[in-house]
Amino acid sequence: MSDAVLSLHHLHKRFGALHATNDVSLDLRPGEIHALIGPNGAGKSTLIGQIAGNIRPDEGSVHLAGTAITSMSVAQRARLGLGRSFQVSSLAEPLSVMRNVMMSVQALQGHSFRFFKRVSRDAALLEPAYQALEHMQLSHRAWTPVFELSHGERRQVEVACALALKPRALLLDEPMAGLGPEGSAKLTELLEVLKREVPILLIEHDMEAVFRLADRISVLVSGSVIAHGDSHTIKQDPRVREAYLGDSNA
Amino acid sequence: MINTTSQRAPGAVKAPGTERHFDRKGLVQMTLLGLLLILPVVAYFLGHLYYVNLASRITIIAMAAVGLNLAIGYGGMVSFGHAAYFGLGGYVAGISAYHAFDFTPFMSWPISVPGSDNLLVIWLAAALLCALLALVIGAISLRTTGVYFIMITLAFAQMIYYFANSWPTYGGEDGLPIYIRNTLPLLDTGNALTYFLICFIGLILAMALTSRLMKSRFGAALTMARLNDVRLATSGISPYPIRLVAFVISAAITGLAGALYADLNGFVSPTVLSWHFSGELMVIVILGGVGRLYGPLAGAVLFVMMETLLGGITQYWQLFLGLVLLGVVLFAQHGVMGLLAGRERNE
Amino acid sequence: MSVTLLIEQLLNGVQLGTMLFLMASGLTLVFGVMGLINLAHGSFYMVGAYATAAVTASTGSFLTGLAAGMAAAAVAGALVELIVIRRLYHRPHLDQVLATFALILIFSEGTRWIFGSSPLRLSPPSWLTGFVTLPGNTRYPIYRLVLIGVGIVIAIALYVLISRTRLGMRIRAGESDREMIGALGVNISKLYTVVFALGAGLAGLAGALVGALQSVQVGMGEPVLILAFVVIVIGGIGSIKGALLGALLVGVVDTLGRVYLPIFFRAFMPPSEASGVGAALAAMLIYILMAIILAFKPKGLFSAHD
Repeated sequence: MSDAVLSLHHLHKRFGALHATNDVSLDLRPGEIHALIGPNGAGKSTLIGQIAGNIRPDEGSVHLAGTAITSMSVAQRARLGLGRSFQVSSLAEPLSVMRNVMMSVQALQGHSFRFFKRVSRDAALLEPAYQALEHMQLSHRAWTPVFELSHGERRQVEVACALALKPRALLLDEPMAGLGPEGSAKLTELLEVLKREVPILLIEHDMEAVFRLADRISVLVSGSVIAHGDSHTIKQDPRVREAYLGDSNA
Repeated sequence: MINTTSQRAPGAVKAPGTERHFDRKGLVQMTLLGLLLILPVVAYFLGHLYYVNLASRITIIAMAAVGLNLAIGYGGMVSFGHAAYFGLGGYVAGISAYHAFDFTPFMSWPISVPGSDNLLVIWLAAALLCALLALVIGAISLRTTGVYFIMITLAFAQMIYYFANSWPTYGGEDGLPIYIRNTLPLLDTGNALTYFLICFIGLILAMALTSRLMKSRFGAALTMARLNDVRLATSGISPYPIRLVAFVISAAITGLAGALYADLNGFVSPTVLSWHFSGELMVIVILGGVGRLYGPLAGAVLFVMMETLLGGITQYWQLFLGLVLLGVVLFAQHGVMGLLAGRERNE
Repeated sequence: MSVTLLIEQLLNGVQLGTMLFLMASGLTLVFGVMGLINLAHGSFYMVGAYATAAVTASTGSFLTGLAAGMAAAAVAGALVELIVIRRLYHRPHLDQVLATFALILIFSEGTRWIFGSSPLRLSPPSWLTGFVTLPGNTRYPIYRLVLIGVGIVIAIALYVLISRTRLGMRIRAGESDREMIGALGVNISKLYTVVFALGAGLAGLAGALVGALQSVQVGMGEPVLILAFVVIVIGGIGSIKGALLGALLVGVVDTLGRVYLPIFFRAFMPPSEASGVGAALAAMLIYILMAIILAFKPKGLFSAHD
């Protein structure tokens, strides 16, 4: 898989007796949405942590665009082009949407130790941030403080923050969680377009969205990938039906 | 692809509300600063030098609190050890003057470093040494957060305090006198009003620096480190170096204030290194309004006034300070500036 | 001489350590269960000492005084918790620091107002003065041995209390999950008051015991408070076991450093300079120890909270 943007090779993570990640390998190719699904407790959060950089794997490696990022910090990975959104949105609530997005632009330009130029007049920060918001159809909310936004809008801001990093890959952790049918539909539409620019590793509970969006699906159960394929294959796979779809809402 | 990227003129994206306008907050701030400047001048020409020196004291303490406010208010780093920097700054002034007075070198090995009574040299040395100390203390302390950070900064300051107390060369617990106020070219620093004006300019510069800093990219990153460091890291900026640099700048400002204070009093002793003083600096920042540019000044005015007025009535004035502080913490969380000038906006 | 000195100083270190443990265990419990940083803990130490001195002076009985001192500190703790502290549980640490700093000012100045600025006299009862001869011909004050004994008894009692009793079960539940314990139907506010008063009582006991060794004066709690902070930072905030080991470590290192560092420097320096350098370095020793431990374990040796 030399053309993979993001790839995991034989990751292992143990917490005491619990084998939370057991020999997981998967990759993300340009132009696709690769969905990662699995029942609660399957080890999704642990896996995301190892991709994003909060958790060090015991064995195995993570590569982003050919670079080994296994031992890099969260911030280093982000600068290399790994954008992510959180299950529970993580933004600076009192600040405006723009201020949140501008932080990514600033990181990308690598100039955080500039002490005198005012950011409020810094076109090099303002323009790209505004563009990222336009991309997520949110520019009308640019100067609204985050705490005034709806749940769905916050998701969009998170994705805009990730986009402003000009990412090579996006890691979206349950972006549909807590959205109503309408918000969910809108985000699905946005992601469908977005994937042509940036491949997306999508962790999602909403099966309807997964089956509609994902080009490939990997199913994680008890720390291992038990099945892998397009939505048709996954729907038919008896092990998946047993382990996952059988006791979930499907 | 959703190409909504419209054609805009360069610079068309602007933050709203960046135009300056005069309001209640501005009025309160200008009044505060104006009174601080005018009253000592009037007092000087009426011959009340006591009040000029009192104003110098307020100004210097406010400057020290401006430094601490950068760490606590803007950076969210609750340092309980800023007395270390204030005291170190003071000792730099004291020790330098001591050697200049004695014509003995401060160091003879590996290089010879003579003492100096030139304030410019002293200020530079104080700021640099405090920055260096803060770099070491901050590098260790900032690996931790929350209560650990509070206790560790306190413990390091205590270490410096006990060191100064038991190191006999520079007076130990008795402290070190500065017999003649250190000098500047062309100015008579021994003149109370001149010295007040020097301190006043120092305060203004410290406030201007803080204000400018917080509007810059560095300030944006520091604000994000305080509000949500997960977001900062996810955006691609490591919080640790941002915090460390802010901590170092904060310490340098407080250290400069310490050097000014030693020369004002003609004396420096371990008292200014004590944890009580760290606590008082925090109290000043909070009384005034944490994370507000003029908070430290308002807090310093209130603190020194209480000390002077209540202290004149009863020797137990700190009992009342405790009660006021308790009231402010429990019931008036935005400090004096919050009461007088309204809540701060975050944009 | 040197073996005798070493034994004597080791015992002194352990004695300091056990008293630090009495302080640190309360601090760390309050932090572990309520998530509160309490600077006013040193004030309870002082309250215990003053009450003991006053009651001992009027009744003539040290034990009565000791009981009164511990009770007074516990009552002061309960009152402070009811009036002030419970408003602070959900506040940021900065507010907790400032409010409890305010309490220190109130307690210290209030005590000065009532008792005056000069130290009170408090001595151990006559049946505890005198020396015992230990193996190796070391003569050691009985009273200090008693302090070590009291520290050991309290440590065991705390262990039993926390691991074997209903109250202990609730404390442990409160440490691991504050929401959970409310859901179990435990009266949280009562539990918090009891834990706070318990910690204050132990601090009061330490203040009274040490007060009889040194002197009873305003501000006596503050150096001990800061040492106790170092102890719980080293041991891991929230951990009683960490508090015990941290306290003994700090007690022994501090005591031995003060004795042996000046001697050490005398080996290659003129005596007057050596004692200055040695004393200065000894004063910094435990902080250097803390910095080294934190450089490797930022959460202390036995962190109860991640």
